[in-house]
Amino acid sequence: MDIVEDKRCCFDFSFAFRTFSPPPYKVAPACSTAELNRAVLESQYLRYEIKEVAVETGSSVEEVRDEVCRILREMSQNLQLRFIRLMAFTVRKVFKRIFSAIYVNMEGVNALQQAAQESPVILMPNHRSYVDFLVVSYILFSYDIPLPVIAAGIPLAGMKIVGEILRRSGAFFIRRAIRSDKLYWAVLSEYVRTIVRSGFAPLEFFVEGLRSRTLKSLPPKLGMMHMILEPFLKGEVYDVTLVPISISYDRVLEESLLAHELLGVPKPRESTTGLLKASKVLRENYGCMHVNFGRPLSVRQLCEGKLNRSQYNLIPRDLPQKPNAETEACGSWLAHMIVRIQEEGTLTSPWSLMACVLLQVPTAALTEEGLLFHQLTEQTLWLRKLALDFGAHLSWPEKLSDSEVMSSTLALHRSVVYRKAGRVYLVRGDEPERKHPISPEEDMMRMAVAFLMLVSYRNQCLHVFVRPALLALAMSITKSTQRDELLTCFCFLQELFSNEFIFIPGRSSQDFDEACSLLKKCKAVHVSLWDVTVSDTGLAVLLFLQELLKPFIDSYQLMFRFLCEERDCVFTEKEFLLAVRTLAAKLIISGELHTYEALSSDVQKNVLSALRRLGAVTRIKTSENNEYKVNKSAVRRTGDMLAGRIPPQVVQAVPDARL
Amino acid sequence: MASNRNSSRHQTARHRLSVIAGHLQRPADSNAAVLAVECKAQEIKPTVKTGDKSEGRTVPRRRQEIMKWNGWGYSDSRFLFNKKGQAEFTGRRYRLSGMIIPNLKDWFEGTFGANLQHKTPATPILNSSAVQRPTLNEVFVEELKSTGIPFSHEAEDRVFRSHGHCLHEIFALREGKIGRLPDMVIWPNCHNDVVKIVELACKHNVCLIPYGGGTSVSSALECPPEETRSIVSLDTSQMNRILWIDEKNLTAHVESGIVGQDLERLLNESGYCTGHEPDSMEFSSLGGWVATRASGMKKNIYGNIEDLVVHIKMVTPRGVIEKSCQGPRMSMGPDIHHFILGSEGTLGVVTEVTMKIRPMPEYQKYGSVVFPSFEQGVACLREVARQRCAPASIRLMDNEQFKFGHALKPQVSSIFTSFLDGLKTFYITKFKGFDPNRLCVATLLFEGDRERVLQHEKQVYDIAAKFGGLAAGEDNGQRGYMLTFVIAYLRDLGMDYYVIGESFETSVPWDRVLDICRNVKARIIRECKDKGVQFPPLSTCRVTQTYDAGACVYFYFAFNYRGLSDPVHVYEQVEHAAREEILANGGSLSHHHGVGKLRKEWMRETVSNVGVGMLKSVKDYVDPNNIFGNRNLL
Repeated sequence: MDIVEDKRCCFDFSFAFRTFSPPPYKVAPACSTAELNRAVLESQYLRYEIKEVAVETGSSVEEVRDEVCRILREMSQNLQLRFIRLMAFTVRKVFKRIFSAIYVNMEGVNALQQAAQESPVILMPNHRSYVDFLVVSYILFSYDIPLPVIAAGIPLAGMKIVGEILRRSGAFFIRRAIRSDKLYWAVLSEYVRTIVRSGFAPLEFFVEGLRSRTLKSLPPKLGMMHMILEPFLKGEVYDVTLVPISISYDRVLEESLLAHELLGVPKPRESTTGLLKASKVLRENYGCMHVNFGRPLSVRQLCEGKLNRSQYNLIPRDLPQKPNAETEACGSWLAHMIVRIQEEGTLTSPWSLMACVLLQVPTAALTEEGLLFHQLTEQTLWLRKLALDFGAHLSWPEKLSDSEVMSSTLALHRSVVYRKAGRVYLVRGDEPERKHPISPEEDMMRMAVAFLMLVSYRNQCLHVFVRPALLALAMSITKSTQRDELLTCFCFLQELFSNEFIFIPGRSSQDFDEACSLLKKCKAVHVSLWDVTVSDTGLAVLLFLQELLKPFIDSYQLMFRFLCEERDCVFTEKEFLLAVRTLAAKLIISGELHTYEALSSDVQKNVLSALRRLGAVTRIKTSENNEYKVNKSAVRRTGDMLAGRIPPQVVQAVPDARL
Repeated sequence: MASNRNSSRHQTARHRLSVIAGHLQRPADSNAAVLAVECKAQEIKPTVKTGDKSEGRTVPRRRQEIMKWNGWGYSDSRFLFNKKGQAEFTGRRYRLSGMIIPNLKDWFEGTFGANLQHKTPATPILNSSAVQRPTLNEVFVEELKSTGIPFSHEAEDRVFRSHGHCLHEIFALREGKIGRLPDMVIWPNCHNDVVKIVELACKHNVCLIPYGGGTSVSSALECPPEETRSIVSLDTSQMNRILWIDEKNLTAHVESGIVGQDLERLLNESGYCTGHEPDSMEFSSLGGWVATRASGMKKNIYGNIEDLVVHIKMVTPRGVIEKSCQGPRMSMGPDIHHFILGSEGTLGVVTEVTMKIRPMPEYQKYGSVVFPSFEQGVACLREVARQRCAPASIRLMDNEQFKFGHALKPQVSSIFTSFLDGLKTFYITKFKGFDPNRLCVATLLFEGDRERVLQHEKQVYDIAAKFGGLAAGEDNGQRGYMLTFVIAYLRDLGMDYYVIGESFETSVPWDRVLDICRNVKARIIRECKDKGVQFPPLSTCRVTQTYDAGACVYFYFAFNYRGLSDPVHVYEQVEHAAREEILANGGSLSHHHGVGKLRKEWMRETVSNVGVGMLKSVKDYVDPNNIFGNRNLL
């Protein structure tokens, strides 16, 4: 690990105007943005699609072609070095103010530099903050690596000036929900493929698709993944190199915004004025940022033996061709694997561990009485050891004493917790001046904001614990020690929670084995050929892990109950979210429900998708307002399985392709 | 003579004709429309030595007398580094013979990291004790003797026919290692001899392997090690006559053992040619071309072997197969010729072929075009193919091969020429801005009457100019073609210094040409690295043939194997990977080398189960006892 900030000493100005001379990609003759766009527009593929769409819609080929030009104009990047310099200048200013340090792993950067000369590179960072968007380009600029073009959401393009700056820094913009728009899809996919094919520049995209509101990894979107695989599968490039990048923040800039969003407060539209208003975030300190460049992965090597490339031999490669099941599966597997590697590359902060500990303290204790500081320290240190046993990478400052680390971490996160008289308390949401006393609902919502922020930080490290935790959960659900029974339950839980946590498809039994060996390593269980039994000292670990997932179980059960009790079998997504939130709020106030997570729209949506995957809920209308139909007995059965009332069965789920 | 426009050539031909006229027993009067020759066996007493009869022909029965037993070509022709460290080519047979090639050493050392100090000389003479004793089928031998057909079971004769020219075959010979080999060699003199031999083989269950020029690069001549019967190599080299020439229909009826250079030379004497010129034409035989579906470099004018044959006679265990007429095209069910073409010696022996001939071209002109990049070169070839105006031959070499060809430039005698060369280089790289590490060259060969050649030439150069091509002179073009004739000699030189290599080919649709070239070359380099090859390999390609719907691509691959314990195995693994890459990129299993045993593992996936079943059922019917047991193809 090296510090980018060793350049802190030199002037921002001279940094921005440094000579930038990346070694070129070996086969790529330099190609301008205009040439790239022309190549896309004149491609055989688009010509074919234009004709097709013209026939379908009854409009003339010229009209469709004009539409394509419009789409392309809206989409295309316009990478210019002078704007990169401008960006480098401002970004550096801003970063220096808000972050104490940015760490980068040099061996990763060097490997990337090497890889960029050999084949087209796809940079795949995780997405936790708007800052992600700039930081990779900034680092590549510092180390003389060709600058990437970056896939970004279309709202960013709508921002005045900023949109244009981003465009000239290499961003290209993608509309949301485009599966059904054939023409748009065609333009985008040809655009992406042309970039990969020509080695125009490294391509950067967020495989999770969106910024993760919960700071948890999101299930990958596959559309883009297939677009970048295609040039390799069709032999248009020798290889494609994937570089997973893990960006970890001590403190995320948008923390409270995210929590509000999860509670149903709509996200403010991205606008330039909004950005300027947000400049107050610049006055705060956000700790350190760690950027870990993963080992470059060769798609060729990964797909070896998994795919038969000669399937493309009999149809002209320019014709649109749906990927077959084998290719789909491979793309999905690759995307999931990348997300897992991102997870493994992230650093777990002390604060994240503390969040785990704090969330296991009863709510009242945390808000009213407070938690003893030394107790928090003790438990966090215990958890640190467990995390290390599970192979986590920690960003625990080594030079400081443990209590110093704890204090500084608490200080950094004073927006969430504060320390008073040796006790730690949760901060209530911002308190606007009110005349009348606040209602219990409002009070609850204020709590919820702080809780969900805490939950997000806990989520940052969940991937470290989730496999052993699922095993611990399976042990408590089945009350069995038999390995095969546990495995079945484990698979069921993976299936149920596959929107919550990332599991590589088809690796359940390896995941199970990994869970066993990790629990064995921390001496929590004895593992034999047939049995997994709790050891004498293991109960604490298992209880902790079960408690870690309890909020999910409780939230899921709540929603299952709601669905079964609801009179109507058909509802829209909006209705569902609203009703569940009301119910959850009621139960929290009455003290029946102990977790605020049920309020999170993320969990609510995940329940819907999980049930859809399990076949208990079906979508009957796809439009602005998705409409669903519930199969109550199936939902009840799922709930019973989760509660251990009936033995779990693993349903063969239908893989769904999502963008 | 059909043409007497070119009187000097005509006179040479007449002179040569008169020298060997007596031997051919053919009137020198060339006005005779049909020239007929009868089977030698009927005119010659079996006891008479027939050695002198092959005068004027290239291939004697004892091939080892003029050819290398463990390398390519004539014994007197080879590359070597002389005492001064300069490369030279010995002998007097080729344009390059006796010349010093000053740049070869630097290229060789630079490309492979080879060193003239590190030698790997071949075993000089065949150690007969290393050769298995022949398993003879006594009854067969007895009956064969009574037919009077010459045969031999001397070790040297048998070893010569135990291999083709795959790398692993030559490498083993150089190390003096000899595996399963034919137990006996037979030299039939005519079709009837072959009929007798095949009958006897069927009667006594002897395995027959037809042997033509021995230039196979598909392990097709390797004796299956599991074969327990006596293996007889049926050498067709003595069936080498042109039986008649039909000037009215422009066809010639030729025995299958004739090698390319003899066929062409003899026809030239009558003012004709076949125009079929595979790179191996010095040694490969007509029967071999038919059996492997060969392709010649001038196929754009004359066609490939399947376009050239009008009639084929083949002896199979079931009897003789041939058509009853010589119609130019027929609709009579699947063409039975296509069971024979490409059968690779698994069904029988091709004995006589009637093939199309053409009057010799009046004018020939080489040419070359330099392109700034391979991509532009391919685009130009594609355009030439689109306009269907390809010259007799058009080939595009990539940058590495261009440099290779350059390294073969013989020493120039005058300062003036070298000055001119310097000027040309300067013009192309500095004035025109071509990157010497990216540029590539297309070599051209035009044929026909003078006016049309010049016209054609202009058309092609105009197209080339649209793709940034610059005409680069006849000399470069001619040297390009020379490279293909001496490449096999060069391999022997490499093998003296730890360098092994081979060529392989494929055919591929136009839109995939660039991709396949790039990917296969990259795969070779990657595989070499992964397999522990210490030095970067030579991995180069050229587009050698153009068709309406695609092109033939030819790869050279060689590396320095110092530090490897089993270089041949590494080589085979890399070649295997390269072939997988070809198939994954939409290339064919083979364009003209054939399948043999080297590539048969991929037959099923490339022609489908039913396809393999069809071929198998033909084999089962024609040769139920697997007399033609070389186990190629299936």
